[in-house]
Amino acid sequence: MSVETLTTSEYIKHHLTNLTYGQIDGHWGFAHTAEQASSMGFWSINVDSMFWSLATVLIFFFVFRVAGKKATTGVPTGFQNFIEMVIEFVDNSVRDSFNYQNKLVAPMALSIFVWIFLMNFMDLIPIDWLPQIAALSVEAMGGDPHSAFFKVVPSTDPNITFGMAISIFILILYYSIKHKGLGGFLSELAFHPFGKWGLPANLLLEGVSLIAKPISLALRLFGNMYAGEIIFILIATMYSAHIGFGIFGGILQVVWALFHVLIITLQAYIFMVLTIVYMDMAHQKDH
Amino acid sequence: MNEVSAMLYIAGGLMLGLGALGAAVGVGVLSSKVLEGAARQPELVPMLTSKFFMFMGIVDAVPMIAVGMGLYVLFGVA
Repeated sequence: MSVETLTTSEYIKHHLTNLTYGQIDGHWGFAHTAEQASSMGFWSINVDSMFWSLATVLIFFFVFRVAGKKATTGVPTGFQNFIEMVIEFVDNSVRDSFNYQNKLVAPMALSIFVWIFLMNFMDLIPIDWLPQIAALSVEAMGGDPHSAFFKVVPSTDPNITFGMAISIFILILYYSIKHKGLGGFLSELAFHPFGKWGLPANLLLEGVSLIAKPISLALRLFGNMYAGEIIFILIATMYSAHIGFGIFGGILQVVWALFHVLIITLQAYIFMVLTIVYMDMAHQKDH
Repeated sequence: MNEVSAMLYIAGGLMLGLGALGAAVGVGVLSSKVLEGAARQPELVPMLTSKFFMFMGIVDAVPMIAVGMGLYVLFGVA
Protein backbone atom coordinates (compact mmCIF):
# COMPACT_ATOMS: atom_id res chain seq x y z
CA MET A 1 0.00 0.00 0.00
CA SER A 2 1.20 3.47 -0.79
CA VAL A 3 0.67 5.12 2.56
CA GLU A 4 2.72 2.81 4.81
CA THR A 5 5.96 3.83 3.16
CA LEU A 6 5.37 7.54 3.82
CA THR A 7 6.65 9.54 6.76
CA THR A 8 4.17 11.51 8.84
CA SER A 9 4.80 14.83 7.16
CA GLU A 10 4.64 13.24 3.70
CA TYR A 11 1.34 11.61 4.69
CA ILE A 12 -0.08 14.98 5.75
CA LYS A 13 1.18 16.63 2.56
CA HIS A 14 -0.29 13.81 0.49
CA HIS A 15 -3.69 14.41 2.02
CA LEU A 16 -3.50 18.15 1.41
CA THR A 17 -2.66 17.96 -2.29
CA ASN A 18 -5.39 18.14 -4.89
CA LEU A 19 -5.56 15.92 -7.92
CA THR A 20 -4.68 18.59 -10.45
CA TYR A 21 -5.14 18.40 -14.20
CA GLY A 22 -3.22 20.91 -16.24
CA GLN A 23 -0.26 21.64 -18.45
CA ILE A 24 3.13 20.10 -17.56
CA ASP A 25 6.03 21.08 -19.84
CA GLY A 26 3.69 21.83 -22.72
CA HIS A 27 1.41 18.78 -22.64
CA TRP A 28 -1.78 18.16 -20.70
CA GLY A 29 -1.95 15.65 -17.88
CA PHE A 30 -2.32 14.99 -14.16
CA ALA A 31 0.29 16.34 -11.76
CA HIS A 32 2.43 13.61 -10.18
CA THR A 33 3.92 15.69 -7.38
CA ALA A 34 2.78 18.69 -5.35
CA GLU A 35 5.50 20.81 -7.02
CA GLN A 36 4.12 19.98 -10.47
CA ALA A 37 0.62 20.83 -9.29
CA SER A 38 1.67 24.25 -8.05
CA SER A 39 3.76 24.95 -11.17
CA MET A 40 0.70 24.53 -13.40
CA GLY A 41 -0.51 27.99 -12.52
CA PHE A 42 -3.91 29.37 -13.48
CA TRP A 43 -4.96 27.01 -16.29
CA SER A 44 -5.35 23.90 -14.19
CA ILE A 45 -8.33 22.25 -12.57
CA ASN A 46 -8.67 20.41 -9.27
CA VAL A 47 -10.43 17.30 -10.53
CA ASP A 48 -11.25 15.83 -7.11
CA SER A 49 -12.88 19.01 -5.79
CA MET A 50 -14.90 19.37 -8.98
CA PHE A 51 -15.93 15.73 -8.92
CA TRP A 52 -17.09 15.71 -5.31
CA SER A 53 -18.83 19.07 -5.47
CA LEU A 54 -20.75 17.91 -8.55
CA ALA A 55 -21.44 14.52 -6.95
CA THR A 56 -22.83 16.14 -3.80
CA VAL A 57 -24.99 18.53 -5.82
CA LEU A 58 -26.36 15.54 -7.77
CA ILE A 59 -27.12 13.75 -4.49
CA PHE A 60 -28.95 16.89 -3.34
CA PHE A 61 -30.98 17.08 -6.58
CA PHE A 62 -31.76 13.37 -6.55
CA VAL A 63 -32.88 13.24 -2.89
CA PHE A 64 -35.09 16.30 -3.18
CA ARG A 65 -36.53 15.15 -6.53
CA VAL A 66 -37.46 11.77 -5.09
CA ALA A 67 -39.10 13.50 -2.12
CA GLY A 68 -40.94 15.89 -4.43
CA LYS A 69 -42.21 13.09 -6.69
CA LYS A 70 -43.44 11.03 -3.76
CA ALA A 71 -44.90 13.93 -1.81
CA THR A 72 -48.47 13.48 -0.65
CA THR A 73 -50.85 15.97 0.92
CA GLY A 74 -51.64 13.62 3.83
CA VAL A 75 -49.70 13.34 7.06
CA PRO A 76 -46.03 13.19 5.99
CA THR A 77 -43.98 10.27 7.20
CA GLY A 78 -40.27 9.58 7.62
CA PHE A 79 -38.31 10.77 4.63
CA GLN A 80 -40.87 13.30 3.38
CA ASN A 81 -41.19 14.70 6.87
CA PHE A 82 -37.42 15.22 7.04
CA ILE A 83 -37.27 17.03 3.70
CA GLU A 84 -40.22 19.21 4.71
CA MET A 85 -38.42 20.08 7.95
CA VAL A 86 -35.33 21.20 6.02
CA ILE A 87 -37.40 23.28 3.61
CA GLU A 88 -39.45 24.84 6.41
CA PHE A 89 -36.27 25.68 8.36
CA VAL A 90 -34.76 27.47 5.36
CA ASP A 91 -38.09 29.13 4.57
CA ASN A 92 -38.35 30.51 8.12
CA SER A 93 -34.78 31.83 7.99
CA VAL A 94 -35.56 33.62 4.72
CA ARG A 95 -38.82 35.05 6.08
CA ASP A 96 -37.02 36.30 9.21
CA SER A 97 -34.28 38.26 7.47
CA PHE A 98 -35.46 39.00 3.92
CA ASN A 99 -38.22 41.59 3.54
CA TYR A 100 -38.57 42.03 -0.23
CA GLN A 101 -40.08 40.23 -3.23
CA ASN A 102 -37.57 37.98 -4.93
CA LYS A 103 -38.21 34.49 -6.23
CA LEU A 104 -34.52 33.64 -6.33
CA VAL A 105 -33.53 34.04 -2.69
CA ALA A 106 -35.36 31.17 -0.95
CA PRO A 107 -34.42 28.45 -3.49
CA MET A 108 -30.85 29.78 -3.51
CA ALA A 109 -30.74 29.66 0.30
CA LEU A 110 -31.97 26.06 0.25
CA SER A 111 -29.36 25.06 -2.35
CA ILE A 112 -26.58 26.80 -0.44
CA PHE A 113 -27.56 25.23 2.86
CA VAL A 114 -27.95 21.64 1.65
CA TRP A 115 -25.05 21.76 -0.79
CA ILE A 116 -22.56 23.19 1.69
CA PHE A 117 -23.80 20.76 4.31
CA LEU A 118 -23.21 17.81 1.97
CA MET A 119 -19.79 19.09 0.89
CA ASN A 120 -18.80 19.55 4.53
CA PHE A 121 -20.24 16.14 5.36
CA MET A 122 -17.51 14.52 3.24
CA ASP A 123 -15.23 15.51 6.12
CA LEU A 124 -16.89 12.96 8.40
CA ILE A 125 -16.06 10.02 6.14
CA PRO A 126 -12.83 8.51 7.56
CA ILE A 127 -10.11 10.33 5.68
CA ASP A 128 -8.33 7.33 4.15
CA TRP A 129 -11.28 5.42 2.71
CA LEU A 130 -11.96 7.33 -0.48
CA PRO A 131 -8.30 8.26 -1.24
CA GLN A 132 -7.30 4.61 -0.71
CA ILE A 133 -10.04 3.44 -3.09
CA ALA A 134 -8.79 6.01 -5.60
CA ALA A 135 -5.18 4.83 -5.15
CA LEU A 136 -6.22 1.18 -5.57
CA SER A 137 -8.18 1.91 -8.72
CA VAL A 138 -5.26 3.91 -10.14
CA GLU A 139 -2.98 0.94 -9.35
CA ALA A 140 -5.45 -1.44 -11.02
CA MET A 141 -5.36 0.72 -14.15
CA GLY A 142 -1.56 0.50 -14.20
CA GLY A 143 -0.78 3.95 -12.77
CA ASP A 144 1.47 4.98 -9.89
CA PRO A 145 -0.54 4.91 -6.62
CA HIS A 146 1.88 7.38 -4.96
CA SER A 147 0.79 10.16 -7.27
CA ALA A 148 -2.93 9.46 -6.78
CA PHE A 149 -3.73 12.58 -4.79
CA PHE A 150 -7.32 12.72 -3.67
CA LYS A 151 -8.80 15.40 -1.44
CA VAL A 152 -12.40 14.46 -0.85
CA VAL A 153 -13.78 17.53 0.99
CA PRO A 154 -14.54 20.16 -1.66
CA SER A 155 -14.99 22.93 0.91
CA THR A 156 -11.37 22.57 2.06
CA ASP A 157 -10.41 23.81 -1.39
CA PRO A 158 -10.36 27.64 -1.43
CA ASN A 159 -11.20 27.58 -5.14
CA ILE A 160 -14.62 26.10 -4.37
CA THR A 161 -15.46 28.42 -1.46
CA PHE A 162 -14.23 31.49 -3.34
CA GLY A 163 -16.21 30.41 -6.39
CA MET A 164 -19.41 30.30 -4.33
CA ALA A 165 -18.66 33.58 -2.55
CA ILE A 166 -17.84 35.38 -5.80
CA SER A 167 -21.10 34.17 -7.38
CA ILE A 168 -22.94 35.65 -4.41
CA PHE A 169 -20.91 38.86 -4.73
CA ILE A 170 -21.98 39.14 -8.39
CA LEU A 171 -25.62 38.67 -7.33
CA ILE A 172 -25.20 41.38 -4.65
CA LEU A 173 -23.84 43.80 -7.26
CA TYR A 174 -26.58 42.84 -9.75
CA TYR A 175 -29.47 43.36 -7.33
CA SER A 176 -27.92 46.52 -5.85
CA ILE A 177 -27.70 48.08 -9.29
CA LYS A 178 -31.14 46.74 -10.32
CA HIS A 179 -33.00 48.07 -7.28
CA LYS A 180 -31.06 51.25 -6.48
CA GLY A 181 -29.91 52.12 -9.96
CA LEU A 182 -26.24 52.55 -10.82
CA GLY A 183 -26.32 56.09 -9.43
CA GLY A 184 -27.99 55.02 -6.22
CA PHE A 185 -25.50 52.22 -5.69
CA LEU A 186 -22.52 54.47 -6.35
CA SER A 187 -23.89 57.29 -4.18
CA GLU A 188 -24.38 54.79 -1.35
CA LEU A 189 -20.71 53.91 -1.72
CA ALA A 190 -19.61 57.54 -1.96
CA PHE A 191 -21.87 59.54 0.39
CA HIS A 192 -23.02 57.14 3.05
CA PRO A 193 -21.40 57.49 6.48
CA PHE A 194 -19.99 61.05 6.48
CA GLY A 195 -21.94 62.94 3.81
CA LYS A 196 -20.48 64.41 0.63
CA TRP A 197 -17.50 66.22 2.20
CA GLY A 198 -16.06 62.98 3.52
CA LEU A 199 -16.08 61.31 0.11
CA PRO A 200 -12.62 59.68 0.16
CA ALA A 201 -13.21 58.27 3.66
CA ASN A 202 -16.68 57.05 2.62
CA LEU A 203 -15.31 55.35 -0.48
CA LEU A 204 -12.59 53.68 1.56
CA LEU A 205 -14.91 52.44 4.32
CA GLU A 206 -17.76 51.30 2.09
CA GLY A 207 -15.38 49.79 -0.48
CA VAL A 208 -13.66 47.75 2.20
CA SER A 209 -16.94 46.57 3.66
CA LEU A 210 -18.18 45.63 0.17
CA ILE A 211 -15.03 43.64 -0.67
CA ALA A 212 -14.95 42.09 2.82
CA LYS A 213 -18.31 40.35 2.20
CA PRO A 214 -17.21 37.70 -0.32
CA ILE A 215 -13.75 37.33 1.21
CA SER A 216 -15.05 36.70 4.72
CA LEU A 217 -17.76 34.32 3.40
CA ALA A 218 -15.23 32.26 1.49
CA LEU A 219 -12.45 32.30 4.08
CA ARG A 220 -14.78 31.51 6.99
CA LEU A 221 -15.99 28.31 5.36
CA PHE A 222 -12.53 27.41 4.10
CA GLY A 223 -10.81 28.12 7.44
CA ASN A 224 -13.26 26.06 9.48
CA MET A 225 -13.23 23.09 7.14
CA TYR A 226 -9.47 23.18 6.57
CA ALA A 227 -8.74 23.28 10.30
CA GLY A 228 -11.17 20.42 10.94
CA GLU A 229 -9.66 18.36 8.13
CA ILE A 230 -6.12 18.91 9.43
CA ILE A 231 -7.16 17.74 12.88
CA PHE A 232 -8.66 14.59 11.35
CA ILE A 233 -5.40 13.99 9.47
CA LEU A 234 -3.32 14.54 12.62
CA ILE A 235 -5.53 12.06 14.50
CA ALA A 236 -5.12 9.59 11.65
CA THR A 237 -1.32 9.78 11.92
CA MET A 238 -1.65 8.33 15.43
CA TYR A 239 -2.85 5.00 13.99
CA SER A 240 0.61 4.20 12.65
CA ALA A 241 2.36 4.80 16.00
CA HIS A 242 1.42 2.12 18.51
CA ILE A 243 -1.65 0.05 19.44
CA GLY A 244 -2.31 2.23 22.51
CA PHE A 245 -2.01 5.40 20.45
CA GLY A 246 -4.25 3.81 17.86
CA ILE A 247 -7.07 3.13 20.33
CA PHE A 248 -6.65 6.62 21.79
CA GLY A 249 -6.75 8.02 18.25
CA GLY A 250 -9.92 6.10 17.50
CA ILE A 251 -11.64 7.60 20.53
CA LEU A 252 -10.36 11.06 19.58
CA GLN A 253 -11.61 10.66 16.04
CA VAL A 254 -15.13 9.74 17.20
CA VAL A 255 -15.21 12.67 19.64
CA TRP A 256 -13.92 15.16 17.07
CA ALA A 257 -16.36 13.81 14.46
CA LEU A 258 -19.28 14.29 16.86
CA PHE A 259 -18.13 17.86 17.56
CA HIS A 260 -17.58 18.41 13.85
CA VAL A 261 -21.23 17.55 13.08
CA LEU A 262 -22.09 20.79 14.91
CA ILE A 263 -19.45 22.80 13.04
CA ILE A 264 -20.40 21.64 9.54
CA THR A 265 -24.10 22.37 10.09
CA LEU A 266 -23.29 25.72 11.68
CA GLN A 267 -21.04 26.76 8.81
CA ALA A 268 -23.69 25.82 6.22
CA TYR A 269 -26.27 27.76 8.25
CA ILE A 270 -24.06 30.84 8.62
CA PHE A 271 -23.19 30.88 4.92
CA MET A 272 -26.92 30.70 4.14
CA VAL A 273 -28.00 33.37 6.66
CA LEU A 274 -25.28 35.79 5.59
CA THR A 275 -26.24 35.30 1.94
CA ILE A 276 -29.86 36.14 2.81
CA VAL A 277 -28.77 39.20 4.82
CA TYR A 278 -26.51 40.44 2.02
CA MET A 279 -29.32 39.99 -0.50
CA ASP A 280 -31.60 41.93 1.83
CA MET A 281 -29.05 44.73 2.06
CA ALA A 282 -28.77 44.77 -1.73
CA HIS A 283 -32.54 45.33 -2.02
CA GLN A 284 -32.63 48.14 0.58
CA LYS A 285 -33.47 51.43 -1.15
CA ASP A 286 -32.62 54.00 1.54
CA HIS A 287 -30.58 53.93 4.68
CA MET B 1 15.95 23.39 9.73
CA ASN B 2 16.85 26.61 8.01
CA GLU B 3 15.93 30.08 9.14
CA VAL B 4 13.01 30.54 6.75
CA SER B 5 11.10 27.46 7.86
CA ALA B 6 11.85 28.27 11.52
CA MET B 7 10.25 31.68 10.94
CA LEU B 8 7.28 29.98 9.28
CA TYR B 9 6.80 27.70 12.28
CA ILE B 10 6.89 30.70 14.64
CA ALA B 11 4.41 32.53 12.41
CA GLY B 12 2.06 29.54 12.38
CA GLY B 13 2.30 29.17 16.15
CA LEU B 14 1.55 32.87 16.67
CA MET B 15 -1.46 32.71 14.33
CA LEU B 16 -2.87 29.67 16.12
CA GLY B 17 -2.27 31.05 19.60
CA LEU B 18 -3.50 34.59 19.05
CA GLY B 19 -6.49 33.30 17.07
CA ALA B 20 -7.42 31.00 19.93
CA LEU B 21 -7.06 33.90 22.39
CA GLY B 22 -9.36 36.15 20.37
CA ALA B 23 -11.97 33.45 19.86
CA ALA B 24 -11.89 32.50 23.54
CA VAL B 25 -12.50 36.09 24.73
CA GLY B 26 -15.17 36.73 22.10
CA VAL B 27 -17.14 33.53 22.63
CA GLY B 28 -16.78 33.90 26.41
CA VAL B 29 -18.28 37.41 26.43
CA LEU B 30 -21.00 36.31 24.02
CA SER B 31 -22.05 33.23 25.97
CA SER B 32 -22.03 35.05 29.32
CA LYS B 33 -24.42 37.63 27.86
CA VAL B 34 -26.60 34.86 26.41
CA LEU B 35 -26.80 33.16 29.81
CA GLU B 36 -27.66 36.47 31.43
CA GLY B 37 -30.40 37.10 28.91
CA ALA B 38 -31.73 33.57 29.29
CA ALA B 39 -31.84 33.96 33.09
CA ARG B 40 -33.73 37.25 32.82
CA GLN B 41 -36.21 36.09 30.19
CA PRO B 42 -36.41 32.29 29.95
CA GLU B 43 -39.18 32.48 27.33
CA LEU B 44 -36.69 33.93 24.82
CA VAL B 45 -34.32 30.94 25.05
CA PRO B 46 -35.10 29.40 21.60
CA MET B 47 -34.51 32.72 19.84
CA LEU B 48 -31.37 33.40 21.91
CA THR B 49 -29.99 29.94 21.13
CA SER B 50 -30.34 30.27 17.36
CA LYS B 51 -28.96 33.82 17.42
CA PHE B 52 -26.14 32.66 19.70
CA PHE B 53 -25.02 30.00 17.24
CA MET B 54 -25.14 32.45 14.37
CA PHE B 55 -23.11 35.09 16.18
CA MET B 56 -20.72 32.48 17.53
CA GLY B 57 -20.01 31.53 13.94
CA ILE B 58 -19.45 35.16 13.02
CA VAL B 59 -17.23 35.86 16.07
CA ASP B 60 -15.38 32.64 15.36
CA ALA B 61 -14.80 33.54 11.72
CA VAL B 62 -11.64 35.64 11.86
CA PRO B 63 -9.87 33.45 14.47
CA MET B 64 -10.88 30.38 12.45
CA ILE B 65 -9.47 31.96 9.30
CA ALA B 66 -6.27 32.59 11.27
CA VAL B 67 -6.26 28.95 12.40
CA GLY B 68 -6.80 27.72 8.85
CA MET B 69 -4.03 29.97 7.53
CA GLY B 70 -1.76 29.03 10.42
CA LEU B 71 -2.22 25.31 9.78
CA TYR B 72 -1.69 25.94 6.07
CA VAL B 73 1.59 27.71 6.86
CA LEU B 74 2.65 24.91 9.23
CA PHE B 75 1.79 21.96 7.01
CA GLY B 76 1.46 23.36 3.51
CA VAL B 77 4.34 25.83 3.24
CA ALA B 78 6.92 25.03 5.93
